[in-house]
Order: sequence, then C-alpha cells, then structure tokens
Amino acid sequence: MNTRKRESGAKQSQRTARGALQSHWQQHLKTARESLKRLLSTPTASLMTVAVIGIALLLPSAVYVSMNNLQALSGGINVGSQISLYLNEDITDEEAFQISERLLQREQIASSEYISPAQAAAEFNAHSGLGDVIDALENNPLPGVIVLSPSSIDSAAASTLLEELSHLPEVQSAQLDLQWVERLQAFLQLTQRASTGLMLILALAVLFVVGNTIRLAIEGRRAEIVVIKLVGGTNSYVARPFLYAGALYGFAGGVLAWLLLSIILLSLRGPANELLALYSSDYQLQGLGAANSLILLTLGAFLGWLGAFISVRQHLSAIEPR
Amino acid sequence: MIKFDNVSKRYPGGHQALNQVNFELVDGEMAFLTGRSGAGKSTLLKLIMLMEKAQQGQVFVNGKNLNRMSPAQIPFYRRRIGVVFQDHQLLFDRNVFDNVALPLQIEGYPKHEADRRVRAALDKVGLLKKEKMLPITLSGGEQQRIGIARAVVNRPKILLADEPTGNLDPELAAEIMHLFEQFNQVGVSMLIASHDLSLITRLKHRILTLDKGRLIQDAYHTATVPGAGR
Ligand SMILES: Nc1ncnc2c1ncn2[C@@H]1O[C@H](COP(=O)(O)OP(=O)(O)O)[C@@H](O)[C@H]1O
Ligand SMILES: [Mg+2]
Repeated sequence: MNTRKRESGAKQSQRTARGALQSHWQQHLKTARESLKRLLSTPTASLMTVAVIGIALLLPSAVYVSMNNLQALSGGINVGSQISLYLNEDITDEEAFQISERLLQREQIASSEYISPAQAAAEFNAHSGLGDVIDALENNPLPGVIVLSPSSIDSAAASTLLEELSHLPEVQSAQLDLQWVERLQAFLQLTQRASTGLMLILALAVLFVVGNTIRLAIEGRRAEIVVIKLVGGTNSYVARPFLYAGALYGFAGGVLAWLLLSIILLSLRGPANELLALYSSDYQLQGLGAANSLILLTLGAFLGWLGAFISVRQHLSAIEPR
Repeated sequence: MIKFDNVSKRYPGGHQALNQVNFELVDGEMAFLTGRSGAGKSTLLKLIMLMEKAQQGQVFVNGKNLNRMSPAQIPFYRRRIGVVFQDHQLLFDRNVFDNVALPLQIEGYPKHEADRRVRAALDKVGLLKKEKMLPITLSGGEQQRIGIARAVVNRPKILLADEPTGNLDPELAAEIMHLFEQFNQVGVSMLIASHDLSLITRLKHRILTLDKGRLIQDAYHTATVPGAGR
C-alpha cells in the first residue's frame, strides 16, 4: 500500500518533468510564432527596420564579394602588364625598330614600342631630377628597350611569352612589369582594412536600429509587461519575445541583403563576362557562395538578437508593477 | 500564513502610508481589510506582493521574511499568491481564455494540463461560455471574474483582493464575495481590501480596520463602524 503510493508518486513526478521539458520547447516555439505574428501585424514599420538592416548588411557583403572577385582576377590575369625587352648594346636603332615591327606581327602581342638609348636618357634626365648626369658621362649607359603589351590578360600566357622573348638573340634581358598588379594588391589590402572598419560601423548601426525598434516595442507593451510581472513572469520570460523579434528582424535583414546582392550580381554578370571576354579571359564573376550566405543570415540574426538583448537589458528592468 | 511585525511604510513624498502595523493571518483564514480611502489598504497588499518595500518592520509570508527576498526570487514568490486587482489588470489583446492561462503559461504548464485548469477556473466564475471573447466586450463584473479566475488558476494558498467589488452594483458585489467564501472553504487564505462596510459586516469574517496607516481595530463579527467620524 505504502510502496505503491510512493511508486505512483515517482511516476507522476517523472511525467511532470518530461511534460515540463516538452512544454519548455513548445513555449519557445509559441513565443517565436507570436513574435513573428506581431512583426507581421505592423508590416510597414517592420519592413522599414528590415530594410535598414538589409542595406547595412548589403554594403559589407558587396565589398566582400567585389574584393573576392578582384583578388581572384588579379591572381589569374595581368590587365595592363607590360614586358620590357632590354636589348644588347650593339643593336642599332634601325635594327631595334625592325625587331619591334617583327614582334608586333605576333598574335600574342598587342602593342610594341621602341625606346632608344637617347630617348631613355632624355626621359631619365627629365624625371630623375639629377639634371644632366647622363650627359656628363662619356657614353650613354642606358640600353635600348622594347616595351610590349601582351594581348592576353592571362598570367600564364604572359609568362610563356616572357620566357620565349628572353631567348631572342638580340635581347639581353626580359622583364615582366607587374606594377599594375602590385598596385592592385596594395589597394586590395587597404580596402580590406577599410572594409573591416566599415563592417564594425554597420554592425553598430544594426544594433542601434534593432535596439531602438525593440525599445519602442517595449514601450508599447508596458501595460502587458506589468501584468506579466504581477502574476510571476521572470525578466527572462518577459524578455523572450523581444529577443525573438530582434533575431527575426536581423534574419529578415540578412535575407534582404542576400536578395539584393544576388540581384546586383545577376545584373552585372552579363556585362562583366563580356568585358572579361574582350581580354580573352574565361573568368566568371563569383557570388557569395553557400557558406558565406549562411554566415550572412546567421550574422544578421545574431546582430538582431544582440541589439534586442542590449535594449531589453536597458529598458525592461525599469518596468515594475507599482 | 501572513504576519506583519511592526511594519511602517513611508512613500518617497514623505507620506506615512502604514504606521507600525501588527497582525497575523493564520492558514485558511479569511479577513477583510477596511478603512477610508487613503488609509493604506492598497499599500498593505502591495507590501505582501513585494510591489513596495517597508522601511521598518518585517512581513512574513509562509514563514519567509520578505525583506530577505532577492529580486530573482520575487517572480517565483508571486506565483504562489493569487491577486485580484480593482482595475482588473487584464490583457486586452487576448481573449478570456488566454488571460486566465497567463500564469500557467509563465510557469510552463503542459498545454493539456493548462487547458484543463483554465476551464475549471472559468467554470468556477461562470465564464466558461465566454472563453473566446475579448475582455473589452464583457461587462465590469465579468471582467472582474476573469481577474478572479486568473488569480486562482494555479491554485494559490493565498488570495489577495484589492477592492474587488469597487465598481460593481450591490448584487454583483455580494456574488463576488460569495465566490471568495467558496475559495476560502476549500482552504485558501484570503485578505480582501474593501471600503464597503455595509457589505463586509454582513459576511461575518474577521475585519482589520486601518486609519491613516494605523491598524485601529481587529475584530470578528462586528456590526459597528469602527473609527468612523474620527
Ligand atoms: N506611490 C505612491 N507615492 C506616494 N504616495 C502614495 C503612493 N501610493 C499611495 N500613496 C499614499 O499613501 C496613502 C495610502 O494609500 P493607499 O494604500 O492607496 O490607500 P487605500 O488603498 O486605503 O485607499 C495615501 O495617502 C496615498 O496618497
Ligand atoms: Mg486602494
């Protein structure tokens, strides 16, 4: 009799424990659904918040995608690269002109220009600021140079061409001028640093926007919060719908940013590929990719949640039943 | 159950709302708290609900000293006490059922168990047929009964009520009081603030009378009007 009672008691407490757990998740799900319903019940205001978050998330995403593409491009191609052929000393201007003409016949070479030792010296004098140093020397020490630009922007093609030209008997040495690429790399590094700063500022903007929206929501539901606290609602219970709302705003903002970026990339794809084809490159414009898209959405939801969390921290505890 | 030990409460403005109040309400007891407007009735109930804190003295509920309660404990403490407010404190964007279900929802009751309890509470106050309606569409007496159903839905051992019949006609007021007596008969301790002396003296329960913050009378079955005219 006695033991049976105890058994049934244990069973009952087990049942309530499982029931309570189940209901915990049910409760979260219900809160999330209610938060979503509430956001949808004020579509204009919600849309404005989501739009601001979306744009704030779009900017760094767009910068990221641009840089990714530029980086990939600068690795694979050499727009604006030049090859300088330093000629042997015994080559006359006449011969050099002929070599230049001959090279221009080649398909791989788009342009070719001969710079004579005299021209080189004049340029040196004009730009170096060293006055007539070269004139003072007995012999002009500068060699004649043929400056070529490859017709392909493919870096492998440029290297092959360089290799080939360096073996010409008239050529003393050949050099691929990567100045443009180096400059691009430096620019990208700078942009990367700047965009990190930009991202931080825009993340702050998201926090402020969500925080303010949630502050207004809290203000609008003050009476309800008081009632909930009166009948024993904890701070975390009261906070929960606002945290869900923040995460939903952020997630929706992430989705919007993703959509806008996809539209931009789609509209750029045609012209960009045409442009690249002109340089006989088969490079394809890259999008955000699945992993980064996921990061964008997660980051949006997290920032929204954080903005709501900060706002809730500041404003919720001030509302107490009196 | 509830014990006030030399309790004084002064509001920030300097007004002395309660002055050295002593009384004890034992388990299962029913008492009225009366006195003129401004006597300190609401303040006394607010101290029990920890909506206000006393500067002096101690309030014990269920043997617990409320002065020693941390803010994190307060919500859990409040769940054990049912309160009926004069202004109902209902949520007007939810229907009757959801209003009554609120305390259970907060405690995380499983849905079927919560539904059962809500229906039982609504049945007790006679609102079972109106569970889907919005509070705003109901009369003052019905709204008060929603508040009562919500106060008793998680079966508290203590029920407080602040002017629960304040806005009701005498017949409805008597009905509400009768409902409270029923709760008391199943063992709920009750403290009901009311300035409606003619009503409460008819009911033959303990009456605590406040005047300017002082407890001036603590009597049973009284038919006189203590402290009147003073
Ligand atoms: N929040 C408050 N701030 C300042 N004074 C208050 C506050 N609440 C009540 N009082 C004052 O305390 C006294 C007691 O008020 P209350 O407890 O509401 O009385 P009752 O409920 O008996 O009418 C009144 O004089 C009232 O003006
Ligand atoms: Mg009052």
